[in-house]
Amino acid sequence: MKPFDYQRPDTLSGAHGAARDGATFIAGGTNLIDLMKLEVMAPDTLIDISRLGLDRIVPHGDGLHVGATVTNSDLAADMRIRRDYPVLARALLAGASGQLRNKATTGGNLLQRTRCPYFYDTATPCNKRSPGSGCAALGGEMRNHAVLGTSEHCVALHPSDMAVAMRALDVTVEVEGADGTRSETALDDFYRLPGDRPDQETTLDAGDLITGVILPAPFGGRQTYRKVRDRASYAFALVSVAATVRMENDRISNVALAFGGIGTRPWRDPDVEDLLTGETPTTALFEKAGDILMKDAVLREGLEFKDTLVRRLLTATLTEMTQ
Amino acid sequence: MKTSFTVNGSPFSIDLDPRVTLLDALRDHLNLTGSKKGCDHGQCGACTVLVDGRRINACLSLAVMHDGDEITTVEGLSEDGRSPLQSAFVRHDGMQCGYCTPGQLCSATAVFREIAEGWPSHVSETLDGPYALTREELAERMSGNICRCSCYPGINAAILETAEEDAGYAEAAE
Repeated sequence: MKPFDYQRPDTLSGAHGAARDGATFIAGGTNLIDLMKLEVMAPDTLIDISRLGLDRIVPHGDGLHVGATVTNSDLAADMRIRRDYPVLARALLAGASGQLRNKATTGGNLLQRTRCPYFYDTATPCNKRSPGSGCAALGGEMRNHAVLGTSEHCVALHPSDMAVAMRALDVTVEVEGADGTRSETALDDFYRLPGDRPDQETTLDAGDLITGVILPAPFGGRQTYRKVRDRASYAFALVSVAATVRMENDRISNVALAFGGIGTRPWRDPDVEDLLTGETPTTALFEKAGDILMKDAVLREGLEFKDTLVRRLLTATLTEMTQ
Repeated sequence: MKTSFTVNGSPFSIDLDPRVTLLDALRDHLNLTGSKKGCDHGQCGACTVLVDGRRINACLSLAVMHDGDEITTVEGLSEDGRSPLQSAFVRHDGMQCGYCTPGQLCSATAVFREIAEGWPSHVSETLDGPYALTREELAERMSGNICRCSCYPGINAAILETAEEDAGYAEAAE
């Protein structure tokens, strides 16, 4: 690990004051410390934000404000989350291990880096790690890679389960800039597509600090998170879906579907939801939804299985939820 | 950087490079070598310790971030190494090489508390609890602890037996 300065401010303004070029915020550290050990990331300064009081879940309008350093464990165990946002609780519980969820935080989970093995291997080129160096995944071994939103520069997958559920729930990310200005960004606008700058993963500016996530009023209806992976527990998704559905007179009146394991960011396609809304649920309809979801997919060698897998997951999930 | 925390009930104050992980601080600075370094990347669970009662991977945490925390390692689970859980591991032959055992013990200790507090898991049928430590729940909740000798039958038997016999756990879970 490269040497770094460590600072632990106890106020937000202290955190902003400590932030400067090259400074990186650390909360749970479960991803960052791993990457620092491998020297994939080598910040000059670490600013510990774990003692800024951002670890509370409080009412916010008709919804909830989840502080940036609320752990994945605490969020999943919170009775309001379990009752009103079960898709989020389920997604959190499907991710990582008990030990990791106890450290991993809400803000950190949103910002976790891809698990593309070439990103982790500093002996290989990677446009995300070292812009312009090339992509070893293209032409290399591919399995945990994206089929939607990719570019010729990067096929890295966003690995989060939590963020997939949050995308289905239409959450807003609360950010405080280095000058103390607060802003809110819909999660739909938070992640960038890789394009020719896969190193720029979000719309955050240098010095921006996520202070929390705002959950809108509970959606109600039926909610589920289904994840398919290589083993039954403690593995990243091959494909996953977060689904919220409301039925009215045996028709789908409202539906949100977000997908993990297929996109360079937590994936949601409004055309899929438009197709389903107002319709009577049938297998043919769900299969058509799969066609729309995957119409722009680029199935590179080794990733062909995701096409079949995500279509079947979509059909199985919607069949179960609309019965 | 001066860092103070409590380990197994005793206060320590040590000067640490910020790069030192909690695991290395425990093993190399405090000579508490019970916690093991397996993968050093959070994948195997051999380094599992309790921080303020919660289990974490000590390898993925900087020691300086634990200033003021109460840490429990396998050495602190009992005075004589014969807590009900530890004795059950011996009785059920819950290890071969033993390298993962300290992590398994700390992790299982936390699982008892998580069950008692009504935390759901990925395999829980409902989200409102309470939960019993079934075989399926145990496999899910302990998935962050790998045993490469694959002594899972003995490990599982030891944890399940201890859970059943621990009246406090059963009462709290009711």
